[in-house]
Amino acid sequence: MGNKILDIKNLKRVFKMGSEIVHALKGISFIVEEGEFVTIMGSSGSGKTTLLNIIGCLDKPTDGDYLLDGVNVKLLSRNELAGLRNNKIGFVFQSYNLLARTSALENVELPLMYNSKISSKVREEKAKQALHAVRLDDRIDHLPSQLSGGQQQRLAIARALVNEPVMILADEATGNLDTKTSYEIMSLLQELNQQQKKTIVFVTHEPDIASFSSRTITLKDGKVIKDTKNENVRSAKEELAALPVSDYNS
Amino acid sequence: MNALNLLRIAWRALLRNKLRAFLTMLGIIIGVASVITMVAIGEGSKASIRSQLSGMGSNMINIRPSSNQAVGGGARIGASGLQTLKIEDVNAIRDHAHFVTAVSPAVQANGQVINGPLNWPTTIQGVHPEFLSIRDWQLQSGVVFTDNDVKISAKVCLIGQTVKSNIFSPGEDPVGKIIRFNKIPLKVIGVLSQKGENTFGQDQDDIILAPFTTVQKRILAITYVQTIYASAVDENSSDTATSEISTILRKDHKLKPTDDDDFTVRTQAELISTISSTSQLLTVLLAAIAGISLVVGGIGIMNIMYVSVKERTKEIGLRMSVGARGIDILLQFLVEAILISLTGGVIGVAFGITASSLVSYFLSWPTLVSQSSIVLSFMVCAITGVFFGYYPARNASRLDPIEALRYE
Repeated sequence: MGNKILDIKNLKRVFKMGSEIVHALKGISFIVEEGEFVTIMGSSGSGKTTLLNIIGCLDKPTDGDYLLDGVNVKLLSRNELAGLRNNKIGFVFQSYNLLARTSALENVELPLMYNSKISSKVREEKAKQALHAVRLDDRIDHLPSQLSGGQQQRLAIARALVNEPVMILADEATGNLDTKTSYEIMSLLQELNQQQKKTIVFVTHEPDIASFSSRTITLKDGKVIKDTKNENVRSAKEELAALPVSDYNS
Repeated sequence: MNALNLLRIAWRALLRNKLRAFLTMLGIIIGVASVITMVAIGEGSKASIRSQLSGMGSNMINIRPSSNQAVGGGARIGASGLQTLKIEDVNAIRDHAHFVTAVSPAVQANGQVINGPLNWPTTIQGVHPEFLSIRDWQLQSGVVFTDNDVKISAKVCLIGQTVKSNIFSPGEDPVGKIIRFNKIPLKVIGVLSQKGENTFGQDQDDIILAPFTTVQKRILAITYVQTIYASAVDENSSDTATSEISTILRKDHKLKPTDDDDFTVRTQAELISTISSTSQLLTVLLAAIAGISLVVGGIGIMNIMYVSVKERTKEIGLRMSVGARGIDILLQFLVEAILISLTGGVIGVAFGITASSLVSYFLSWPTLVSQSSIVLSFMVCAITGVFFGYYPARNASRLDPIEALRYE
């Protein structure tokens, strides 16, 4: 087996909402190794979002340890967390979060802008490679508003890939898309996972989407209630081909 | 993030809201333009006063009897009634003062000048030939009287333009004609060139110049000197020349060290600095009023930056999630604020220069756009941008990325 990308030990997160104390995470432990495609499932209020924020280095745990690629996040400052997000994580959001009136290329370049070690020439090259990886080579100069939902999400994936992160973190990345487009996105992620060995952590509440991953962790009330390897991973590409023709036009 | 990218992002953000950016800039534009125009008007009037005063001879020193002495505790006498200055004083200054290039005694009388049927009330001044160089006076035609004319009290004179136009018909050449001043016939040997009004609105051309002794003896019948005019080597040495003259005169008048001066020495430089400081005050006042509008412009920037930060909360969240540090966000908004204020500054300077030249063209007020006011306005703009942009930018940089991302 490869490196431990995520090493989560007895993670707890407590919020104070006025006088009330909310235990959003009540001691979660799991390890994600390099090359895994993990989905994290759970209904709303299960602590899914809190866990995602911590995994994404946007938030720090109250107790317990979280090691991202060997780095203990708890010990880092705000700026160091920003650096970690910049170097090790690629975010894909439900609502794409692309910069409006900014070309596809520049949207993809954005994470590299905050990495002072990368020259503008290398930046453009890497951005073009990432756009190629999501098959948007011919949309380089397009604005997000000129792209379809699926294309916008592919653009967001390109942005997540461009800094060569150790992990792609997707938050309901197919939540705004129809079935066919969702399958396209999943097919793309599967391809990145299988061919480029990208580690993917995908938060979703749809069991259908989870069935494309190699492992599913289910949360409930701030605890892991199920952590199963998926023996029978579906291929999104095949599913896409099997969709009825009428769906293509929807 | 490097400076170029910061600029590009800021520029794009402004272009996204062209009208809003322009309206925000307008505050700065008006502020800068008014500062530049006001300072230009102030500086212009200062320069024109200065050149008028210099026209009177900027190195000029004048010495009058002091009026500050109570005579025996009784009524004090006006300066012109005092008789403490003598022709010997003039000679002493000429012989012993090193920082004085020219010196001339002066006496003056008022009276009616007559040429045939025409007459005009004017002033006649009795001086030495050096007086013309002290006062920086040129001749339009004819010649100046000589030292010998002074010695023999020759009945000759030079007339000013106002006198000429009042007692001679247009086109008539006064040189060689005989005119009468208080019944004394004087031959016109030269015409002074025009000097115009002085700073106090006095017509400097309404004058007749004659040899000192001619006026002193023939017209006034006095033995003393009313005023002594002298010229310092240059403007900077007028203080040295003043103290030199004082020393010489005190010695000449045999004053004890405890005695007050019985004369007053004043320099043109003093007068210039007094008047300049008055108009300097005016300039500062105008600039201060204009500066207030610059502050108001700055508040406009602050307001719009708050709106901008609020509007782009989600963008800030995204930037943070892909690795922007607080300082990156801070700089992004700060550069945007500075860009607004500096762009406004550039346009404002252009407007200010245009407005200044329009003012001098249409109102014929003298204006002078000084480089320092342009540089100063730019600096104030940059500072305004930083000052009013910093607080909103800092707020942006302190946003929680989680909340910013979820902001709708």
